[in-house]
Amino acid sequence: MCDLNRKIYQTEERKDPFGQDFDINDYQAVSAPHNYIEDLKALPETDKTRMIQAGIDTEEAKSSGTFIQKDTSIIHAHSLQEGLEIKPIKEALEQYDWLKEYYWKLMPINTDSFTAKAHTDLHNGYVIRTLPGHKVILPVQACIYMEKEGLNQNVHNIIIAEEGSELHIISGCATSSHMRKGLHIGVSEFYIKKKAKVSFTMIHSWAEEMIVRPRSVAMVEEDGLFINNYICLKPVKSLQMNPTTLLAGKGAVARFNNLLIAGPGSKMDIGGRIFLKKENTRAEIISRAITNGGNIIARGALVGEVPGVKAHLECRGLILNGGSMHAIPELEGRADGVEMSHEAAVGKIAQEEILYLMSRGMSEEEAISTIVRGFLNVDIPELPSQLKAEIDKAVGLSD
Amino acid sequence: MLLIEDLQVKLADKEILKHVNLEIQPGETHILFGPNGSGKTSLLMTIMGYPQYKVTGGKIFFQGQDITNLPINERAKLGIGISYQRPPTISGVKIKQLLEFCTKGKISSEALAEKVNFSEFLDRNINEGFSGGEIKRSELLQLMAQDAELLLFDEPESGVDLENINLIGNTINKLLQREFKIDANKSRREINRERNKMGLIITHTGFILDYITADKGQVLYDGVLTCATNPQQIFKCISEVGYEECIRCAI
Repeated sequence: MCDLNRKIYQTEERKDPFGQDFDINDYQAVSAPHNYIEDLKALPETDKTRMIQAGIDTEEAKSSGTFIQKDTSIIHAHSLQEGLEIKPIKEALEQYDWLKEYYWKLMPINTDSFTAKAHTDLHNGYVIRTLPGHKVILPVQACIYMEKEGLNQNVHNIIIAEEGSELHIISGCATSSHMRKGLHIGVSEFYIKKKAKVSFTMIHSWAEEMIVRPRSVAMVEEDGLFINNYICLKPVKSLQMNPTTLLAGKGAVARFNNLLIAGPGSKMDIGGRIFLKKENTRAEIISRAITNGGNIIARGALVGEVPGVKAHLECRGLILNGGSMHAIPELEGRADGVEMSHEAAVGKIAQEEILYLMSRGMSEEEAISTIVRGFLNVDIPELPSQLKAEIDKAVGLSD
Repeated sequence: MLLIEDLQVKLADKEILKHVNLEIQPGETHILFGPNGSGKTSLLMTIMGYPQYKVTGGKIFFQGQDITNLPINERAKLGIGISYQRPPTISGVKIKQLLEFCTKGKISSEALAEKVNFSEFLDRNINEGFSGGEIKRSELLQLMAQDAELLLFDEPESGVDLENINLIGNTINKLLQREFKIDANKSRREINRERNKMGLIITHTGFILDYITADKGQVLYDGVLTCATNPQQIFKCISEVGYEECIRCAI
């Protein structure tokens, strides 16, 4: 760990692109512990409601396991399926020597002040692992919940899909209904091994004064598949992330889908970077962003390093009620024979589409909400039905 | 009944319809002829209520009600429906969703789609990647779901291949209660008397006349309705001597 600590001191302070810097020290990194809950039915109803909004089903009807961290404490962690391990990271680091080969191995610890903070003040986080050849079809629910006002929550997650395994995770992050202000830092490292398949759907439902800094890197080996969905439809003060994926084995595939709605006062700087490092790798980033008076920077970067790779980036933004939208699609080819493309559009809802639906009998409001819902409908097959309903509701409210 | 009285319409400050008078009685279908740019589509869009078509004079009545200033969706609710020539694509919104909205769930979308051989398109986004014929079938399907009283068709045969034109023609006949099916309980006269659907069909080429029947033809030339007579006669006249002959009537 000496080496890690030395790296932290080399961390550079980085400016927020919106010029909205804040002091980490204004937030408290300590909170009173919460008790472990064996039966999720014992959760307070208000917490359950908030968790459902972040895609977490506390009835566990259709999940293969659940992890819940509340503030700094793990209140629930168990797997319902053979070949699936779900453990708090602190416990796992003590138990498993091999985990050192994964901890801070993809994400440089000195990436920025937030990654450094996640090391010096780590509260907990999860390790979710599927054993070789095990296909876990029902999603694992991982919920990171915040309740304490003014808390700086630091989380580190490691996701490992061993060779030939399959894993689907819904990672819901939410704040309790009375919480207003806080800072969430979440580091995630994904290891998708040969022929493994991982889908990771992160749904954020934050308080309006929250500052959120997720940091993630994924590595996909030969013929592996990584689907990374990010959905944030609720207001948040400042949210910035640029998850990175390395396609490090032949035939590896990565797909990112970002769905964003920024209400008044929300600042979101959301990107995705995929490095295509081996032949026959493929990558796709789809971003659909709506500003309703907030500010969005929608980034996407694809880097083709070797011949025979294919990548596409689609970045579409709607400005509905003021606010700003800055689409920054980037393509970088570093070899002959890469095939990379992007399309980006920022605009409004076409009047022609509204009138078309009105001529079938819809009111103007119904037509707009139908079109907006369609705009956000990117057909992510892994999305559970209650989440689809939640998206519909959020979109309906945002008109 | 649709009654248009002395209708004058401007689009982007240009006068496009000049003192148009038109009456469609319940059960009647009219064919609207006219060269490119004569204002045919504008007339349909004005009847439907598109706001960019500004009515500067005259009135439109439907079923006795003055609808000149009603918004589009109110007109749709009164029973006016349109099949567009080039409808917009709406990504992420499925044909099925729109059908379910139109029928309010009373009729099965699957059963309707089967009638126009469109079942495999129900889960497709509206008009996304549709061919000319697919667009037309989709439009007719939506009109079926709406069960409109007055049906406006903007060039229903354009872009449709020979294989599908029969289907399109038969569907229009069905929508306008003009199909010739033997009904054991009713004579043809009774069927005709009960017919109440009204149609206004734009045709540029006239090919659709081989498949459907109509009561009257109208020629629109430079924003003026110049004649109203037997549609076959108008079509034959235009085919032989061209629209130039209509100029003489327009002046």
